[in-house]
Formats: sequence, structure tokens, C-alpha cells
Amino acid sequence: MNENQKSEPNLMKNPTTVERTSERELVVTRLFSGPAHLVFEAWTKPELLKRWWAPKSFGISFVSCEADVRTGGSYRFVFSQADSEQTMAFFGRYIEVTPHSRIVWTNDESSDGALSTVTFEEKGDKTLLALHELYPSKQALDDAIASGSTGTSGAGEQFDLLDTILDSLVRS
Amino acid sequence: MVQCLQARLDASFGALSDATRRGVLEQLGQADASITVLAERFHMTLTGMKKHVGVLEQAGLVTTEKVGRVRTCKLGLRGLQEEAAWIDSYRQLWDARFDDLDKIVEELKREIKNR
Repeated sequence: MNENQKSEPNLMKNPTTVERTSERELVVTRLFSGPAHLVFEAWTKPELLKRWWAPKSFGISFVSCEADVRTGGSYRFVFSQADSEQTMAFFGRYIEVTPHSRIVWTNDESSDGALSTVTFEEKGDKTLLALHELYPSKQALDDAIASGSTGTSGAGEQFDLLDTILDSLVRS
Repeated sequence: MVQCLQARLDASFGALSDATRRGVLEQLGQADASITVLAERFHMTLTGMKKHVGVLEQAGLVTTEKVGRVRTCKLGLRGLQEEAAWIDSYRQLWDARFDDLDKIVEELKREIKNR
């Protein structure tokens, strides 16, 4: 299985980390080798956003990308999936857009959608990006996890092994 | 995140290296049980059993819930495994996005230099 290798962080690039920091919050971080205003620009100009938000390796691509990135503005992203006829729409409002440092938006496609906040913090000639996704409740985040479990974990094989050991214990 | 998963797996396999703790998992596979019941079943002191349950809990193999004065233990792996798998695929999505974003930032940096 190549999944293991795929999720090993490449030492040549900056690693992406994800942590569930509380019952209802996830935090994603990554360091970028450039000033905050450029990372902000790539996040707020639809023609640039379009080029990175739907990674090819995930089999999704943009059908349309509308984003009016300013406080009070809204966005609507429509994706097509390689393995499905159906398109997926994601939409919401920008609650706060502070140039070069902070963007807050809602995820309105579901009533249990998270409130997302991305911050760009300059550190020398680099920028530390932190994305916080705050769900309305523990249940909402647990549900997102339960419904979205893909089983493509990089540690899949080891978990399978652990599962087998536990199964044999529990059933004995 | 991979290191984090690895740490969780280490904790899980570490927790399984002890016969009493494996026994506790077997027991909980049949029914949830309080720490008191587990301590009696394995002829241990409450403190000793609390320690073992603590190790299993740290590894995510067992979850406990205190209702009144009784702490009930139950198997907890399934939730942990689902969460770890989901978080890992979520990380992979953002990692792929950020790899592309990286390239765009590089591009913008070059454009500025050439201006």
C-alpha cells in the first residue's frame, strides 16, 4: 500500500499539521515561504484561489468559483467529482476580511457547518497560516467525522493490525 | 499528524503489552464495567486498576464516564480509529491544497521581483 508513503511529510517542504484542539474545533497550520500579503492575495483573488482549492489528486475540480472576499461578501464554489455525475456546492458569507491578516467565513451548505477563521502571521520572510474550524457543537464535529470517514488513513495498515488484535481479544 | 498517529499507535500497542490490560479489554468487550468491578475481577486495588484504565484511556482504547460516584469504562477504539483516519485524510486534503498554494506564492514572489 502506497498510502503510508503518501502521507509521510516530505522533508523538503513545510509540513501541514491538523489538530483537534477541543471538542468542537480543528486547527490546520502551515508555514509559507513568502510574505503574508501574497498568501492573502492567493486566498482572496478568485482566479488564484481556483488554482489551489480543488487539488487534482483528490479528483475534484471547479465548475464555478465565485468569491467576493470582503467583509459582508459571499462565496459559492461548485465542484465536480471524478467518480460522480453530481456536483457539490459550498457556500457562505465572509464575516470578516482584514487585509493580509485574517478572514472569517461561514459554511452554510449545512446547518452544522463550521465557522472558519484563517490567520496569516508574518515571521521574518515567512508566513504562518492557521486555519481554525469551529463547529457549532461537539456533536456536529463528531458527525462530520463519522460521515466523512474515508478509510484512506495513512496509518491504515497499522490500525488494521491493531483492530485485528483487539477483535481477537474481545471475541475470545 | 503522521507523527501524532504514530504516537497514538505506540500508546495503543504499549497499552496492549500488559496482560491485565488485555484482560480488561476482553472484559469490556463483553460488557461495560465500573472501575470497582474491574478491580474486584482482577484482584487489584482500586488505585492499581485506575492506573491501568488510565493507560488504556490515554491510548484511546477505553473511554470512561463518571455518573454519580461510579466511573464506567467501555471500549473506545472504534471512535478513535475513525477520528484518526478522518483527520488524516482531512490533513491530506489541506496538504495538497497548500502544496499548490505554495507554488502560487512562489510565482507571485517572482512576479514582484521582475516588476
